[in-house]
Amino acid sequence: MHIGLFIPCYIDQFYPQVGIATLELLEKQGLRVSYPLEQTCCGQPMANSGFEHLTADCSKNFIRNFERFDYIVCPSGSCALHIKEHVHDDQSEEKAVSIRKRVYELTEFLTDVIQLKSLSAKFPHRVGLHQSCHGLRGLHLAQMSELVAPKYSKPEQLLKLVDGLELIQLDRQDECCGFGGTFSVFEEAVSVKMGQDRMADHLKNGAEYITGADMSCLMHLEGLLKRDNSSMNVIHIAEILNSKA
Amino acid sequence: MQQHQTHAELAEQFNRDINRVNWHDQTLWMVREKRDKAAQQVPDWEQLRETASQIKNHTLAHLHAYLLEFEQQALANGIQVHWAADAEEHNRIVHRIIQEHGVDRIVKSKSMLTEECGLNEYLLQQGIEVVDTDLGERIVQLAGEPPSHIVLPCIHWKKEEIGELFHQHLGTPKGNADPDFLTRAARAHLREHFMMRRVAITGVNFAVAETGEFVVCTNEGNADLGAQLADVHIACMGIEKIIPKRNHLGVFLRLLARSATGQPITTYSSHFKKPGPGKALHIVLVDNGRSTRLGSDDFRNALKCIRCGACFNTCPVYRRSGGHSYHTAIAGPIGSILAPALDMEKHADLPFASTLCGSCTNVCPVKIDIHQQLYTWRQVLIKNGHASSTKKAGIQLTGMVLSKPWLFRVSGKVARWIMRTFPGLMNNRFNPWTKQRELPMPPKQSFRDWYVNNRSHD
Repeated sequence: MHIGLFIPCYIDQFYPQVGIATLELLEKQGLRVSYPLEQTCCGQPMANSGFEHLTADCSKNFIRNFERFDYIVCPSGSCALHIKEHVHDDQSEEKAVSIRKRVYELTEFLTDVIQLKSLSAKFPHRVGLHQSCHGLRGLHLAQMSELVAPKYSKPEQLLKLVDGLELIQLDRQDECCGFGGTFSVFEEAVSVKMGQDRMADHLKNGAEYITGADMSCLMHLEGLLKRDNSSMNVIHIAEILNSKA
Repeated sequence: MQQHQTHAELAEQFNRDINRVNWHDQTLWMVREKRDKAAQQVPDWEQLRETASQIKNHTLAHLHAYLLEFEQQALANGIQVHWAADAEEHNRIVHRIIQEHGVDRIVKSKSMLTEECGLNEYLLQQGIEVVDTDLGERIVQLAGEPPSHIVLPCIHWKKEEIGELFHQHLGTPKGNADPDFLTRAARAHLREHFMMRRVAITGVNFAVAETGEFVVCTNEGNADLGAQLADVHIACMGIEKIIPKRNHLGVFLRLLARSATGQPITTYSSHFKKPGPGKALHIVLVDNGRSTRLGSDDFRNALKCIRCGACFNTCPVYRRSGGHSYHTAIAGPIGSILAPALDMEKHADLPFASTLCGSCTNVCPVKIDIHQQLYTWRQVLIKNGHASSTKKAGIQLTGMVLSKPWLFRVSGKVARWIMRTFPGLMNNRFNPWTKQRELPMPPKQSFRDWYVNNRSHD
């Protein structure tokens, strides 16, 4: 099994520690992992702004970088979902279709593909889990609060394997944080208010850390927490799962 | 250019009063929670949604036949049937019927279709006074505002403000904001109008092709009171309100009120089948862009909407921006996918007033893929030139940088260096990101740099 590590562009540039934690975590499971050096971005910033027609070159570059792998693993639900739903190649669509089937978000890869049952990780803190929308409602990483259906949560399942970690309960278990890509800039007021409300929910319920499977949501929340001089921090789920025992 | 303020501008104004935003958000979240509780009590809820969705899909696939069947049955029942191609024709037909009865005042129960067609304003211009009899609608009418929510028209009004409004318009004592008292005052005020009016307009929730009857759902009984006391009842409906059989109501009536307010069913589900003795019953079937939508694979299934408003209540953006920020008769997520079809220029901002979180799609009782349609509308709008030149240039540049790996690496490195060296360049009040947020601290090394130094690579 050869895994292609897909590190979203903003993680590569701003949060290298999340990429490192993801790589080390996968390597600890005895997996063969490579990071293709010419990768850039999934194309979502353009597509969600209505410019999907400008993503063809991004898609081609993605396929070129990742077609040789058995699995493509990404520490972001949103970017993984974008590849799953929107990567096309007008010259060889069958390659795009095959790529779309092989891409996995990190936590679902750990619970569903390699079926991780134990971890030697320790994180003795009270943690709130932010369910990012694309991972939740797009990839179904957990049961959605709107549906009448049995409960489950893949990120929670993994966090429960971590020593000392106390998962707090939120008042609103899966409300959007308001990041929304370019929404965060073009609808600044509502975006900020949504983020502040998420922050308040975690704070009220005693979280020391907000974690999640999408660094973009956490980047937005981190920006608000820092402006607020809050003692609460954000941390990507890969960093917790990769923490030393 | 747009003639009115955009959703983002209006939402920013709404957010200046933080207490009001909190109150608005919490009030509507409470409705969402009631909906969840009601749904959880129906074990086969998801099956019910699927069934409703399939009945609607089937109906839309055979809409022509079901509309003709409905017309035939309604005519046989003694209902007078009118067809309107657009809002203007609908308004003219309603006006003509009112004129024929020599009336200049009418009562109307809640109908989103008449809001969509701008009927009140039209009739007012023709010298006809319309009294809205739904309590919430009457409140916004007295205030000179459009509804801000399709099920809860005055949800943006606090009870103290309603007390003041009633004091001004209905002469209730100043400072009395007791909801029971105010409701009684409104009832007395509306009863006078009910007794005096010879023509009543209602909306339609469901029209049954098999029987030629239609069903109107209210909690206040105002549709019944209006229609039963008047000599002439005019019911206005969009052509998508048809359902094939009466027993399909067993699916839709179970879903409608639970999704809307968390009630098991509306207080009144009134069936109208034929005019009373000596009375007239008219029905106006309105297209207004619906058959064009029917021809669109991407947007057809928005015609399944039963106007429950569940997508409003769950929408984190709607709850924090208020209905009026959508500047359209039907606000919220569903309004954002309906309105651009009616006027793309005017409503080009609405599909962007969303984070694409997808909660709307999950609560929708007829499974409309609302957030997918928001995404698709964005593509359509941009292709039709509805993007500012700066946004267009910015996205084009981003697209170019991200499609060339070397350029991405160089620009990333330069950008991080600039951010570290001259933080004030990006971190200022003209940057919407940093107005209320900090930027991430850019590291010296990207992940790729680290990888090249720490792992063997091919």
